[in-house]
Amino acid sequence: MAEVSIRKVVKRYDNVEAVRGIDLEIKDHEFVVLVGPSGCGKSTTLRMIAGLEEITEGEIAIDDIVVNDVPPKDRDIAMVFQNYALYPHMTVAENMSFGLRLKRYPKAEIKARVDEAARILDISELLDRKPKALSGGQRQRVAMGRAIVRNPKVFLFDEPLSNLDAKLRVQMRIEIKRVHQKVRTTTVYVTHDQVEAMTLADRVVVMNHGLIEQVGPPNDLYHAPATRFVAGFIGSPAMNFIPVRLEAEGDGLSTKLPNGASLPIPAERAQRYRAIAANGKLSLGLRPEHITELRPEMGPGVVQITVPVDVTEPMGMETLVYFKLDGAELCARVSPKAGIREGTSAQLAADLNNMHIIDETTGRVV
Amino acid sequence: MVDATVNAAAQLRRVKQAPRSRLRRFFEKKSTIAFFMTLPLILLIFTLVIYPAFYAIYLTTLNKRMTGTAWMRNCSYLPDWICTYIPFGNLQFLLTRETFWMVFWQSCLFAISAVILKALIGFIVSHFVHNVPSKGQRKWRGMLLVPWVIPAAMSTLAWQWLFDPSYSAFNWILAQFDIERISWTGVAPWARFSVILVNIWIGAPFFMIMYLAALKSVPDQLYEAAEIDGANWWQRIWYVTLPMMRNIIAITALFSTIVTFANFDIVRILTAGGPLDKTHLFATWAFRLGIEGGDIPLGATVSLFMVPILAVAAAFILRDITRRGNEA
Amino acid sequence: MTGTTIDKAGPSRAAPKYGSMKRDRLWALRWSYFFLTLFAIFFLIPPIYMFITSLKTSAEISAAKNPWWVFNPTLSNYIELLGSPIYLNFFKNSAIVSVSVVVITMLIAIPAAFALSRMRFWGSATLATGVFLTYLIPETLLFLPLFKMFAVFNELTGIQLLNRWWVLLVVYPTLTVPFCTWIMIGYFASIPKELDEAAIIDGASWMQTLIRIFVPVALPGIIAATIFAFTVSWAQFLYPIAFTTSIDQLVLPVGIITTLIKGDVFNWGQIMTGALLGAAPPLIIYAFLMDYYIAGLTAGATKG
Repeated sequence: MAEVSIRKVVKRYDNVEAVRGIDLEIKDHEFVVLVGPSGCGKSTTLRMIAGLEEITEGEIAIDDIVVNDVPPKDRDIAMVFQNYALYPHMTVAENMSFGLRLKRYPKAEIKARVDEAARILDISELLDRKPKALSGGQRQRVAMGRAIVRNPKVFLFDEPLSNLDAKLRVQMRIEIKRVHQKVRTTTVYVTHDQVEAMTLADRVVVMNHGLIEQVGPPNDLYHAPATRFVAGFIGSPAMNFIPVRLEAEGDGLSTKLPNGASLPIPAERAQRYRAIAANGKLSLGLRPEHITELRPEMGPGVVQITVPVDVTEPMGMETLVYFKLDGAELCARVSPKAGIREGTSAQLAADLNNMHIIDETTGRVV
Repeated sequence: MVDATVNAAAQLRRVKQAPRSRLRRFFEKKSTIAFFMTLPLILLIFTLVIYPAFYAIYLTTLNKRMTGTAWMRNCSYLPDWICTYIPFGNLQFLLTRETFWMVFWQSCLFAISAVILKALIGFIVSHFVHNVPSKGQRKWRGMLLVPWVIPAAMSTLAWQWLFDPSYSAFNWILAQFDIERISWTGVAPWARFSVILVNIWIGAPFFMIMYLAALKSVPDQLYEAAEIDGANWWQRIWYVTLPMMRNIIAITALFSTIVTFANFDIVRILTAGGPLDKTHLFATWAFRLGIEGGDIPLGATVSLFMVPILAVAAAFILRDITRRGNEA
Repeated sequence: MTGTTIDKAGPSRAAPKYGSMKRDRLWALRWSYFFLTLFAIFFLIPPIYMFITSLKTSAEISAAKNPWWVFNPTLSNYIELLGSPIYLNFFKNSAIVSVSVVVITMLIAIPAAFALSRMRFWGSATLATGVFLTYLIPETLLFLPLFKMFAVFNELTGIQLLNRWWVLLVVYPTLTVPFCTWIMIGYFASIPKELDEAAIIDGASWMQTLIRIFVPVALPGIIAATIFAFTVSWAQFLYPIAFTTSIDQLVLPVGIITTLIKGDVFNWGQIMTGALLGAAPPLIIYAFLMDYYIAGLTAGATKG
């Protein structure tokens, strides 16, 4: 078991900086997910930890040993690839034991480890099959099994669920979590899917343009995003952004929409925003679940808005309502019973207790 | 695995790597390993392809016994410095020989007509095979490729026997229709025809296979879309098949041009260049002069005349192959 | 969908002939079969005629009878050839040369292709292109300088290469290695990069990755390359006719032509038998491994 430290790591290809100096401390037993859009440097970071890419600047240490110049095989890590990368000419058992056989482990030990991993992953009856004869989910399990038998210091997952269909992905996600609870190996997991990141991670690392935007437990990231990027990236449907100005209104503050409408800010929030310059370029961020149908009792800080409904998407337990507010495309999550229909105008309740104000010039959440 | 007891005040330890000797590090480097893996290939290419190619150029400057330089003769009409310093004796000898020019245009005629006809036959046959239900395709393809599989020397022998002056099996058939017997390899026009025919017979299946592979790589939806757009059979070939196959058609034809232009086996066995050198190609003539005639420099000079055409074809192939690579 | 009425008015066309499509297809198919049969006859006449002749006696061959029919079939040609030590020696030489060349070719081409496709190093792309260009250099360009080189080599070292069958082991790889390397580069390139990364993380060295992962995974490509190397070596004619002359050093194609044709006397029954037996190994390989054979054939242009 091990800690991984990433210190001021930079990765430069010819003239492109894929990773632009990141710092990250991963604790023992921790499950850390690197998430971000494609090209954000998350995979490059993972591959640098694995030793598949050279580190241009900075250093990576596993268990306090700097591994910059250590070849992958001596780093004691295991990796699960997006396309599984199972050796097609070997059976499942051979696939899983390949690394151990290269290291000349005794046969009995290899068998014990393979059987144990197969039991954990529930693939004992597949051990003699070739990868070709396996389904996508089974291949994924074997790929994980290959990592587990090595009993490495660190597991590295590179978008392991991307090649699976939606249903299987959910299933395997739970499976991965279960396996991690059992083996408790330090894990670095890369994905572009924020749902996967939220559900799996002890801590989520959101990356963008080669930099870390925010690190934190999933719920922190969701409820207290540090940047506009994190606010927009985490959560589905994504957070609504409306360009606003802040205006003093009596002893309170209110947000002024470009069309003139103004929404009063709840008092305890208003205190936080008092410091910011009123003339800055600001956005109001509000998650779709905080724009709902009108409810009988509306607490303080909930304001009523009337909007023309563009499109509705019934999801069963809720209905997504899309509407335009002054050019901004917004989304609300309402109860299907609210009876909101396309082409009509609807009364919605915006819960400003959960609002965020984003400084558009710095991209940071205030 | 015992959990590593984590030292609370874990200072960053730069663990000293076991001092690996410089030599060992050198041998463990990726580029070093790669170099040694390619070394046999590099050696082979340099000693047995590139060196001989340049050696051939050197050989052309020597006289027949290879004891001295082959200077040009009777060249008082040329500036002095060309005459006495440039060893183009063999070149001069060739260019002033009628046989050389005959061989030159025979080679061109042979290569051009054979390649065009092979490409045409290959294209047509590949379409017929493609038309047949896929169950039967394997069988037809298997039969039609046989000429390419048989070693050329062996099948040319069979053709020689079919063309035999006294017992020709073809002439026997012609005789059944009261057609006069043909001296297939004995008179120049028929001998040239025969040589080209055999080359087509051997080479057309290769075109067929390449074009068939290209045809199969055209997605069916394209034809269906064209059909819905109202394209007839001919338009489908012209606007869908040909553009999609263009690259393979070009690569195959260029490749075949090289092989056909440099052909040796067929002419050597079928006519040995006869009658009266009327079917010689560069390769067979170079063999006649260099190995049989013992004048290696002259033979090497003849074979070097193939280089310009081969180089042009190779350049085009390379362009098309890299283009394919970029498309993929 | 309700209410979508397509305007069918406009120039009224004659009602299409019902079932014409099916009929068109049927005729296209019949014509295809007809022409394919014609071409198959054209392509198969020489080997069939070889076989017909091989079953005839010399007397029947020189008789003015229908040459396309065997009136007194006999196996005497086969018996005579297969009992002739000279012919068997040709066969043996050819077999030894071809098999050895296949082994040499694979030993050179596979590691080189692996290094060129997976271990990018300085000049690797140029080298790959160079390999392909080498493949385009025909043997007819090189046989004379090689001939002279071997003669000079003999003067310098005392090692005689000319007129020894094993000179072919030296020169044949120039014909087989470039193409085999080229198609192996193509096959290796089609193996996902993650596979060797997985192997490296599993602790395999480059050599282990090649031998334990790439060779088994690219086995179809290796079989195709092997077939190519074997058939090229077996059929090669120019190098042996230029470099070997003594009867005991000859390989099959040259042997048949130089020994069975004595002056102007053509013993066609035996020549055809010899040629047919000489064509047999590639034909047998082709019959059993047709798909690999064709894959190798088309790989040059469709891969890489």
